Amino acid sequence: MSLRSPLGRVLGLGAAREGVRRWWQQRLTSVALVPLSIWFVVSLLALPSLNHATVAAWMSQTWTALLLILFVVIAAWHSQLGVREVVEDYVHGAGSKALTLVVVSFAHVLLAAAGVFAVLRVALGAAP
Amino acid sequence: MSTRPLSPHLSVYRMSRYTVATSFFNRVTGVGLSAGLLLLVYWLTSVAAGARAYAHAQRLLGLPLTRLVYAGLIVAFCYHLIAGLRHLVWDTGHALERAQSRRSAYLVVALSIALMLLLAYGAWRAVVRAL
Repeated sequence: MSLRSPLGRVLGLGAAREGVRRWWQQRLTSVALVPLSIWFVVSLLALPSLNHATVAAWMSQTWTALLLILFVVIAAWHSQLGVREVVEDYVHGAGSKALTLVVVSFAHVLLAAAGVFAVLRVALGAAP
Repeated sequence: MSTRPLSPHLSVYRMSRYTVATSFFNRVTGVGLSAGLLLLVYWLTSVAAGARAYAHAQRLLGLPLTRLVYAGLIVAFCYHLIAGLRHLVWDTGHALERAQSRRSAYLVVALSIALMLLLAYGAWRAVVRAL
């Protein structure tokens, strides 16, 4: 006996084996964010001052730039997965749910891109 | 969209239960940290835009209201970090028994409050140093 619904059988649909993909991405990003976020907070608090010269010099260091880029991208990814989950749970109605998810996705890609671009701009000496 | 009842059924939960409270607060702090990401990218962008733009951003980032946001972010970061670690332990299949889960809930609250105090002290030291 098959447990699949008649409609599912007719449409030839079944497990796409992708059911855990988002779940797994959320775990991976959260594991990566443990050291990255702690590094970010500690380095931020360790800065002698928050004036432009100090912050720009800090961002220009190779390791700082690399870790900042990783932090922004992975944080945006993790945030997108989390906010998506909240939207899926609490926004009802197919239309508004789809629209909210599109806005959430676009906003996170924009945030990640803007963050990476800003760090690169400073690190590569292209900032005014 | 189907009209069948969908999880989460907010009305049937007892919010006073530690299970619900810890899970709910993890979500709330997560969404709060997403707002923090917005602030972080704004800050990074202002650094890249040069000293004058940065000085303008610094005024905005130094407002009393923004400082209140930082306090909220410290709370959110500490709780979300510790509660997230609890979830990662659960994902390995450990500590899922009722008594263990209750104990770890209290542990999460205690550890995150300790971390909040540590971070608040670090932030205060950094502010004093910068003055």
